[in-house]
Amino acid sequence: MDLIEWFSKMENTKPLALVIFFVTFVAIVLYVFTGKKRKARFESYKDIPFQDDERESKESEKGKHNG
Amino acid sequence: MMASGAVAVDTQYNYDIVKRFAIMALVWGVLGMTAGTYIAAELAFPFLNFDTAEITFGRLRPVHTTLVIFGFGGSALFATSYYIVQRTCQTRLYGDLLPKFTFWGWQLSVLIGAIGYMNGITQAREYAEFPWPVDLLITVTWVAYATVFVQTLRRRSQPHIYVANWFYMAFILATAILHIFNNLAVPVNLLSMHSYSLFSGVQDAMTQWWYGHNAVGFFLTAAFLGMMYYFVPKQAGRPIYSYRLSIVHFWALSFLYMWVGAHHLHWTALPDWTSSLAATFSILLLLPSWGGMINGIMTLSGAWDKLRTDPIMRFLIASLAFYGMSTFEGPMMSLKSVNALSHYTDWTVGHVHSGALGWVALVSFGSLYHMIPRLYDTKLYSDRLVITHFWLATIGIVLYITSMWVSGIGQGMMLRAFDDYGNLAYTFVETVSFMHLPLAARMVGGMFFVSGILVMSFNIFMTIRNAKLEQAAMEAKIAAKMANAGV
Repeated sequence: MDLIEWFSKMENTKPLALVIFFVTFVAIVLYVFTGKKRKARFESYKDIPFQDDERESKESEKGKHNG
Repeated sequence: MMASGAVAVDTQYNYDIVKRFAIMALVWGVLGMTAGTYIAAELAFPFLNFDTAEITFGRLRPVHTTLVIFGFGGSALFATSYYIVQRTCQTRLYGDLLPKFTFWGWQLSVLIGAIGYMNGITQAREYAEFPWPVDLLITVTWVAYATVFVQTLRRRSQPHIYVANWFYMAFILATAILHIFNNLAVPVNLLSMHSYSLFSGVQDAMTQWWYGHNAVGFFLTAAFLGMMYYFVPKQAGRPIYSYRLSIVHFWALSFLYMWVGAHHLHWTALPDWTSSLAATFSILLLLPSWGGMINGIMTLSGAWDKLRTDPIMRFLIASLAFYGMSTFEGPMMSLKSVNALSHYTDWTVGHVHSGALGWVALVSFGSLYHMIPRLYDTKLYSDRLVITHFWLATIGIVLYITSMWVSGIGQGMMLRAFDDYGNLAYTFVETVSFMHLPLAARMVGGMFFVSGILVMSFNIFMTIRNAKLEQAAMEAKIAAKMANAGV
């Protein structure tokens, strides 16, 4: 019951929310910018917009051979 | 031979819906920007009201904002999100009827809203003037949009969801929340277009500006960043500068934006801590905003010559430069001391337009120039017209922003000036008289910008027309070959 009352007070929940959001954000930043393998994996995703072009040119090549 | 590849792409992806939204973006863009220029002219030369209620500033202003934000911007976002989600997930858009429903639902909402405002039907909430029946139509349309987008993501051939889609997803989710909570209202009766807000007093103002600024944050920023993260790399022919930076950009923006709306209510009945909190988060927002801008601009690192040779790239990079400028100006104006001068003056109007014209419109133009020829499997009718459009738009924006700085900062200083006895040094009418010249210059800036979109519309019209002629010629050639072969 005391715990519920503690949460009902804005002066408690505001700093708590701040700590939760801040820690989560810092955790995301650390996760994103650490680990060599992770770095390679994340940076490989930036090629996704171009993979479609490769597929398209393969398809049109195929079309040429079939035609 | 070319056609077989093109046909395969056309059947693999639903381009029909993308084409519809892209064309409507231009239609609403021309109408909305023309309305904006007309009301700018009315402020400089009030006789242009012609004593006709339907075309007075008060009624045409929401027509302008609705047509450019929801008509032009919204349609451009529907078009690009449907295009990007298909191409980055390498799968066809979910459903055939549901995307069509989103098209008609959205276009009808914008049309009914605009006609209603001219006839005095509005719920008088800035950027949310739609009466309650239209709000309901928008809600249903938005649920359909979210369904189409999420279901397409679920059917993706790619294991990873490309970051542009994250931004679109945040935009869809946040806009749904904002729209529902800001429009909670009780209709006067079921046959009336009028309603009472569920909130009152300072809570009502707080809800409105929580909505208003997040509409800027998630509708006019996050979603257009989604556009940027796809079209800048595609047009540059090189991947985004740092994918990891784009992830941090996304999360930082999502964490911070929701808190800043109250900076629109400095020096009002709002509690002081709320005001300070909003200002603090506004300053913090500078970091992700500039991180994103740098990520976009640095994509061109090593290929800066493209700025000279590729007119579409100019649009995209100039849009990022304006994004950087307006996201610096915004936090500065959110400081209470600066806001005391800038608020209720034209400086705010200039700031909004450096974001709306410089960032939103330019990135949309660049994206549409890139996308539309690919939708029709053709080339742009004229690159020279793209350059003409670029300069008309840029000169227009610069004229607009600088005249609003002069008008706004001048008016703010005049309203705050005191004589030796503590009396106001200027009357309100004197500030209006001072503003006449910059208001006229702003109108000229608007004319430049409208001329630009007219040039673009002609260029796109000719591009589509040529594509159809090419298609017809190709079909005739194939038919002739078949006939010769005796098939």
